[in-house]
Amino acid sequence: MTQPSTERSPFVLETKDLGIFYGDFRAVASVNIPIERHKITAIIGPSGCGKSTLLRAFNRMNELSTGTRIEGEVLFEGENLYHPMVDPVEVRYRIGMVFQKPNPFPKSIYENIAWGARIHGYKGKMEELVESCLRQAALWDEVKDKLTQSGLALSGGQQQRLCIARALAVQPEVILMDEPASALDPIATLKIEELMQELKKNYTIVIVTHNMQQAARASDRTAMMMINHERSGTVIEFNETQKIFTNPKDKRTEDYVTGRFG
Amino acid sequence: MLRKTFEGEIQQLKDDVLLLGSMVEQAILDSVEALKKRDVKASERIFAEDAAINKKRFDIENKLMVLIATQQPMAHDLRLLASTMEIISELERMGDYAKGIANINIRMGDAPLLKPLIDVPRMAQIGADMLHRALTAFVNEDVEMAKSIPIQDDEVDALYNQVYHELMMFIIQDPKTIERANWLLWVAHNLERVADRVTNICERTVFIVTGEMKEIKATDDEFWKGQHS
Repeated sequence: MTQPSTERSPFVLETKDLGIFYGDFRAVASVNIPIERHKITAIIGPSGCGKSTLLRAFNRMNELSTGTRIEGEVLFEGENLYHPMVDPVEVRYRIGMVFQKPNPFPKSIYENIAWGARIHGYKGKMEELVESCLRQAALWDEVKDKLTQSGLALSGGQQQRLCIARALAVQPEVILMDEPASALDPIATLKIEELMQELKKNYTIVIVTHNMQQAARASDRTAMMMINHERSGTVIEFNETQKIFTNPKDKRTEDYVTGRFG
Repeated sequence: MLRKTFEGEIQQLKDDVLLLGSMVEQAILDSVEALKKRDVKASERIFAEDAAINKKRFDIENKLMVLIATQQPMAHDLRLLASTMEIISELERMGDYAKGIANINIRMGDAPLLKPLIDVPRMAQIGADMLHRALTAFVNEDVEMAKSIPIQDDEVDALYNQVYHELMMFIIQDPKTIERANWLLWVAHNLERVADRVTNICERTVFIVTGEMKEIKATDDEFWKGQHS
């Protein structure tokens, strides 16, 4: 992939008639959404509507399971993410991911961050990178005196911030978050949300969440997904978050955000 | 149905607003009736009963706060609860106008009315009628009805204009009437404000349904121009 040019589009990622298949089953259909730079985009919708599948298409994570394919395009910095010449491993460095359940490596806090950077060929001072990533993830003050301890010894909320720090270590442009706070208590959840506000200054964030209040609190733009008549998930409304939660245009969005869906 | 409890609480809330509205409506009509008859006792009762209107408003406000905190309303629900907060505040202020009219009757003491009241009770009747219909439109979330009500404000404004000029004539002819004329001018002014606040309620109702916040009409500028020409 080429490096971004100086005159960049406001959209880091963009889908064009994106469909995602598991074998013959079209799990996601006809998605056309732009992901704005330095913004937090939330994807909401009922269970099984394809939110996580769509999210994983943004860094080609779906390909890790066999039989998946896409139709249409995903553009990253204006270029087709699924072009045969594009290396999916490189894609996942530039578009990082944080999962629902914190999954630190069974290694020290320090190594959790240094490991990926080292493999990726980081040549700078590793101590500085580790500190910088931990600071950006708002974790430094809590762990600076115990960097050699296992990452698994941290609390759930700290582990999730460690995973965010780990994602930052390879200097991504985009961070994808799949229900990053659903396994955390309310205080740890708010810390993650505050952290997202800090991170968006340097990164672009796309978050899948079941928690509508979280989407309302933390995101700038919201994509509402729903199953269509062919049982494929699709984006039925995409707008500024404040519009989605105060005056949605689609009746189904209204029913979902007011808790009357079903 | 999902959110059956919440739906029930919203219904209860609307009933409470209707009750508050009917208390205010009655206070407006009664205050003018007492003035017309120079019934000071009745005015004292209306003056005291304003406390019940204030209390009802605070009760509803408290319920609204609890609903917002516990139900996390979104979209239409959010617009409804936020607008209801505004509407009860408008109603409470209208109650204050009725209390103000009662207070004028009390302060007038033994002084007779400057003139028999004809237009002032008409203003009260139109204002009360507008209020009644505005709250019906609110409860039923009827946009067309809400939009049709503020036009009546013009009638109230025209009556106010008439009362104003009439009272000015009294003052010009006999400056000793200034104080009594001024009392009646305040009464008319309060009733003119009632109609304006009804318009605000109608605007909120339109917002609840459509999500669009805009003024339904603004003939007030014209009105005031006429006043000072």
